[in-house]
Amino acid sequence: MSTRFTTSVVTANDLFEGDVVYLTPQGGWSRIHAEAELFTDQAAAEAALDAANAQPDRLVGAYLAPARSGPDGPEPAHFREEFRARGPSNYLHGKQAERMC
Amino acid sequence: MYTYSEFDRDFLATRNAQFRAQVERRIAGNLTEEEFRPLRLMNGLYLQLHAYMLRVAIPYGTLRSAQMRQLALIADKWDKGYGHFTTRQNIQYNWPRLRDVPDILDALAEVGMHAIQTSGNCVRNVTADHFAGAAADEIADPRPVAELLRQWSTDHPEFQFLPRKFKIAITGSPNDRAVTRAHDIGLRMVLQDGQRGFEVIVGGGLGRTPVIGKVLAEFIPEADLLPYIEAILSTYNSFGRRDNKYKARIKIMVNELGLEEVRARVQRRFETLRAEWQGADQAILADLRRDFAPPAFRVAPTEAYEIAYKNDPVFRSFADTNLAQHWQEGYTIVTISLKAHGATPGDATSDQMRLMADLAERYGHDELRISHEQNVILPHVHKSDLPALHAALQQAGLATANVGLISDIIACPGMDYCALATARSIPVAQEIATAFEAREQDIGGLKIKISGCINACGHHHVGHIGILGLDRAGVENYQITLGGDATETAALGERAGPGFAYDQIVPAIERVIDAYLDLREDPQEEFIQTFQRLGAQPFKDALYLTGDRADAA
Ligand code: HEM
Ligand code: SF4
Repeated sequence: MSTRFTTSVVTANDLFEGDVVYLTPQGGWSRIHAEAELFTDQAAAEAALDAANAQPDRLVGAYLAPARSGPDGPEPAHFREEFRARGPSNYLHGKQAERMC
Repeated sequence: MYTYSEFDRDFLATRNAQFRAQVERRIAGNLTEEEFRPLRLMNGLYLQLHAYMLRVAIPYGTLRSAQMRQLALIADKWDKGYGHFTTRQNIQYNWPRLRDVPDILDALAEVGMHAIQTSGNCVRNVTADHFAGAAADEIADPRPVAELLRQWSTDHPEFQFLPRKFKIAITGSPNDRAVTRAHDIGLRMVLQDGQRGFEVIVGGGLGRTPVIGKVLAEFIPEADLLPYIEAILSTYNSFGRRDNKYKARIKIMVNELGLEEVRARVQRRFETLRAEWQGADQAILADLRRDFAPPAFRVAPTEAYEIAYKNDPVFRSFADTNLAQHWQEGYTIVTISLKAHGATPGDATSDQMRLMADLAERYGHDELRISHEQNVILPHVHKSDLPALHAALQQAGLATANVGLISDIIACPGMDYCALATARSIPVAQEIATAFEAREQDIGGLKIKISGCINACGHHHVGHIGILGLDRAGVENYQITLGGDATETAALGERAGPGFAYDQIVPAIERVIDAYLDLREDPQEEFIQTFQRLGAQPFKDALYLTGDRADAA
């Protein structure tokens, strides 16, 4: 891992469902990557991460995930985060299925 | 078959009630994740990429039809209608919700199943030859010993906090179908002067430091086995490293102390322990042997089988690949492939599980097995029932005739599910299976094994062709190993060279296969034999278009 800061979103797994959630600019949690807040400043990102870690009653394993801005909002900048944002490739399960209904 | 005693049932009920209370305290905010994590892992509950994952043990891979039906019910009621059978004879559910897990565990307990010790630094599910009790080449059924080990190791107070996880595999056959040489302890039944005992192999393992296990003892009489294994565990518990997670497996202890020294320490410990046991385990073992007595086989003509074999080419192809020799005249072992071309290796839908349970009940003396190769086995089928069995399997998409062929791939969940993965494995397996479907009968016996990171859950080191998915500078990259062997002649594959991008891995495997088809002496010479005869070089040349193959570029 490079120690240089890359633009990031704050992400975690939901305690109850186990699914992936993202911190939004309003301070809430969304299940959609494009609704996440994109941090361009390291100090602000780390402060947001600390705040997320202070919510252990609904989140597990918060961390900063590399992301970049896109036309519809932040996009994952690593393939692992693309899979987390979408779901498995062998079945139409996870987020990709939820978005269809 | 062994069924749970009152003691087992009470123990499970207590454990499940404890875990239910722990989940409630976590949800109420009275346990932090740091406090809860070890508790959930002790009960087989992981948090993966998209959801929780529950890993349920199938001790020595043996199931009754009622248990298989319950697995199907759980898949329908609390998951997405399917389950994933793994190389360690477990089933994994990929989508449970935290609140539902205590109910799932209760449902498992109803049929004598659980998720205990499927995670953590303890003795994991003891795995066994999936043909145990049925194979023609077997000395004796190893499962009574496996069950003895399960009882002894479950909740064993001394061995709940070992330096690292501990995996035991056992076989009663000289032909090793249980990968005993890639386990912390591998046990192979042997006869000495007509007496039954075990060759004890120690320190095998895959993962980031793959090691082929070494023979610690050539012959331990069956009566001494449990004290001897306890002596190994005890020695490991005292001298295994706890300072570094990556050096904590027993294989590292064996490498650092040396086999001789380990043998001497185990021997000293064994002498004390044997005296303490005073043969108490042997009385239990005698009872267990009755529990695993063979079913009431029937004597009947097998003409129906012979006629179908002669007249139906689809049935013949199934019989040629998916049957194995049973010790009982008139009977056969049926492997049901969970590797339909393009499907996810090891996955079964709840409907398929129920059908397999029904077929086991009707034609298979109520027994099913899960193999480390991620297939399901009906170990005791009378040959006269095969045509009807095959027809029923066909209806459910379960009659794929590819056992042991290139599309019978082991693949770990990889980055489609696993939080530790560095690349995907499942779609690589799906694409290889599809790409070779038309010519796999011609290609013949070949084992491809795929892992999505160096932990090697997909056994890639011991695949004839192994594929390891890595993250190279933010893109998926696949490394190929050649010449691995998971059997009694176990060997680690040799790394072929630089890896291949996701969209290049199937063409790369195609080049290896084309080279093999060119180089084999005749169609009877399997890939691994050609490899052993010629070495890796011609296959590397095919992969990297070097040497004789340079002009092909
Ligand atoms: C998805 C969750 C999983 C996680 C988090 C996980 C984690 C690990 C880790 C960390 C290791 C390396 C341990 C070491 O060397 O000390 C390992 C090894 C292994 N796992 Fe998994 N694994 C998972 C799924 C599976 C599955 C699905 C299978 C079977 C298909 C499996 C079978 C194995 C095997 C056979 C090994 C290598 C043998 C050995 O222990 O040396 N694991 N796993
Ligand atoms: S090999 Fe790696 S990716 Fe595959 S299941 Fe094991 S830990 Fe996960």
